Amino acid sequence: MDTATSAPAPPDRISPTKRRIHLGRWGVHAVLLAYSLLALGPTLLIIMNSLKSRSAIFDDAFSLPTSETFDLVGYDTVLNGSSFDVYFRNSFIVTVASVLLVVFFSAMAAFALAEYDFKGNTMLALYLAIGIMIPIRLGTVSILKLMVSLGLINTLWALILVYTAMGLPLGVFLMTQFMRQVPRELKSAARVDGANEYRVFGLVLPLVRPGMAAVAVFTMLPVWNDLWFPLILAPAEDTRTVTLGASAFLGQFERNWNALLAALTLAMVPIILLYVIFSRQFLRGLTEGAIK
Amino acid sequence: MVFLAPATVIYSVFMVYPLLDSLRRSFFDDDGNFAGLDNYNTLFGNPTFADRFWDALGHNFQFFAFHMVLQNPIGLLLAVLLTVQSVRGLNIYRTIVFLPTTLSVVIVGFIWRLILSPIWGVTETVGIDTPLLGESRTVLPTLSLISVWQWVGIPMIFFYAVLIAIPKDLIEASRVDGAGSWQVFRDITFPLILPMLGIISILTYIGNFNAFDLIYQVKGVVAGPDFASDIMGTFFYRTFFGASGTTGSPAMGATVASVMFLIILAGVLLYMFGWQRRVTTYEL
Repeated sequence: MDTATSAPAPPDRISPTKRRIHLGRWGVHAVLLAYSLLALGPTLLIIMNSLKSRSAIFDDAFSLPTSETFDLVGYDTVLNGSSFDVYFRNSFIVTVASVLLVVFFSAMAAFALAEYDFKGNTMLALYLAIGIMIPIRLGTVSILKLMVSLGLINTLWALILVYTAMGLPLGVFLMTQFMRQVPRELKSAARVDGANEYRVFGLVLPLVRPGMAAVAVFTMLPVWNDLWFPLILAPAEDTRTVTLGASAFLGQFERNWNALLAALTLAMVPIILLYVIFSRQFLRGLTEGAIK
Repeated sequence: MVFLAPATVIYSVFMVYPLLDSLRRSFFDDDGNFAGLDNYNTLFGNPTFADRFWDALGHNFQFFAFHMVLQNPIGLLLAVLLTVQSVRGLNIYRTIVFLPTTLSVVIVGFIWRLILSPIWGVTETVGIDTPLLGESRTVLPTLSLISVWQWVGIPMIFFYAVLIAIPKDLIEASRVDGAGSWQVFRDITFPLILPMLGIISILTYIGNFNAFDLIYQVKGVVAGPDFASDIMGTFFYRTFFGASGTTGSPAMGATVASVMFLIILAGVLLYMFGWQRRVTTYEL
């Protein structure tokens, strides 16, 4: 409503500052909405067109599928010609195993680093932290030789071990920050009651759950989405992860747009659903980790 | 120490040892004979290596510049807007803005490959008629923008974490003192996010050398057209494994990795001594 100029000033007129905030609010919405469109648009365009017939994809990419243009031919091709179930299983095993190992081993190491004052404590913490700054990929030449000599090429173990090593530096660093916040009295009380160190560790773990969540979130994304190590360490058909599998698979269908769009949709939708369901926890984990 | 053993052992065997061993290998030839600085001489002296190396390094810095100029300011802007009080539905926006970051690079690469493909013609509808990924002039900026589109969620969430940790009383107090929005941002918010700006910059710098995945997905290891999208990651891969007719060399691969290591180290040291020491971190 344009009351500012036309209407005579009513007695309870909104103060100028208040109006500015009000206008600002719509401005905030406008910018965020515009960016949301930019973030979602490409994804929606792919999903929408994966449900259309070939001619409709090219005739009018921006229209929704109608009863006339609706066509699932792409999904037929994809589901009959790929082993996405195997890829998903591999990715799932690798990601879950790496995340669990990183979370648990970081918690253990961080407990020791935050709890005990021993010689070389700071040096060890520093040694473990260096890895945050150096990409593990730079050691690829030697990692490949190492995995060959251990006979782990084309096994999921190769990936799990590398990703665990990759996630540990940040994991230990973050967990140490969280461990330091656990009240000292609690641990001494448990010790007075005769609990051994493993028992004390077990008592502390539930208290650093936000920390473990943060470490899990930070480890998960790079592992699930990595293309480099699956390509180099486990390129065999039955050890491919989704990322590598999708990469190779999509390459085959260079000319078949229905199949391409359907395959992309199939690869995206599970992740998007999982993300939307857990986004609150996920983003909270990231937020808590970020300020440490 | 039982608690420290698993983390230290796995980290040492699968990360520290390979990194050091890679450095060592850069001084040996492929048959394991000590070669001194021969590999480095080849890398910088032999035009087939040196030209590609300098090209790739230059592209890496352009890639980095795009992220610093676009990704991080946009991330900050979004984070600021997402922490404006008394606006509804911010959580929904936050979820949507972060969504591309959760997608794999393979998917993101392919989405944009299809959308920008002249065959589909989507770009023509919005008035772009050059094949953005096909011309050497436009391919690197386009790939940088795709990467910015995907990763903007990271600086957004990091800045967001700092912003929501700022006590409201602090801002209200200065409001009472008569400070406007801009003044509050300049005098309170900005100094508080400055340390995070440094962290994000150095993370962007390091991440930049990991940008292999997107280029590989969209342009392949040869990073065409005519190496216009070649970066250190793809150059490293080709040197190590070989591509399109050339044979790879582990020793030369290790040499490229060692040079990348030094470049990253230089950036990290610059950050630690040039930035971290000068910027005050306020405990809240």
